[in-house]
Amino acid sequence: MHWNSLSDFLAMGGYAFYVWGSFGVTALALLMEPLLIRKRHNDILRTLRRERAAEEGIA
Amino acid sequence: MKDGITHWFKYASPQNFYPLAGKLWPWFAAAGAVFAVIGLWISFIVAPTDAQQGEGYRIIFVHVPASWMSMFIYLIMAAWAGLGLALNTRLSGMMASALAPTGALFTVISLWTGALWGKPMWGAWWVWDARLTSELILLFLYLGFLALQSAIDDPRRADKAGAVLALVGVVNVPIIYFSVKWWNTLHQGASVSLTKSPSMAHTMLWGMLLMALAFWMYSIAASLARVRCIILERECHSEWVKNALE
Repeated sequence: MHWNSLSDFLAMGGYAFYVWGSFGVTALALLMEPLLIRKRHNDILRTLRRERAAEEGIA
Repeated sequence: MKDGITHWFKYASPQNFYPLAGKLWPWFAAAGAVFAVIGLWISFIVAPTDAQQGEGYRIIFVHVPASWMSMFIYLIMAAWAGLGLALNTRLSGMMASALAPTGALFTVISLWTGALWGKPMWGAWWVWDARLTSELILLFLYLGFLALQSAIDDPRRADKAGAVLALVGVVNVPIIYFSVKWWNTLHQGASVSLTKSPSMAHTMLWGMLLMALAFWMYSIAASLARVRCIILERECHSEWVKNALE
């Protein structure tokens, strides 16, 4: 273990902006994409249910 | 034996693949999370400080796996697209469309982390060298594929046009991979070589491989979850979709 403290770890030997900028944006992107996929899935399901309800209303 | 093969062909139909993908993706997502935890632990705790680049080199653990994925996903996307073009199977085109956004995302991550690594080490966010430029072209190929598909209303025609673009663009992947050999570039050579032993410490190699595995599992999970959306959108007027809604 080569980190003496949490602040030492966060400082990344002076490269904090570059290292955390890389890992942070990657983590953000890989969390956002599944949320967008879930929204897309829910949207299409909602549309399909609404269409079916409308059809049943006519029939 | 014959039964076994027909059993698998069953999943080439979107109707049967939809529930299978729904069962599979959470497992790939969980595996990705496990690999990511181990990979990050190696990246930050196990891997020692680099003699030349200090702690700044740790960007390698996200940059190299993301760059690999950007190229792998393109190859797989093109393979699905080519299969759809050759066999005219519906699911192939859907898989190609499901992979493209994730591939584009990893290309953006590769370029972004590359810029954040280039600035402290080379003194420049961006240089127009062969490796960086060909990776940027890869991003444009993904975006071109997505734009072309969304510009054509008929999904089967969109698949065909996208497939031609994807297959022509495959030529760019070896150009990216070998660019550091073929041209004099600022970018360093391949970190991991298939022909000679890895030119880096084993802990670093393991960290990169585990992060690559995590991205790999993530990409499978994301594309399976997305292909379910595409199946529903395209088959929305079929009887099985109507029955599948509880």
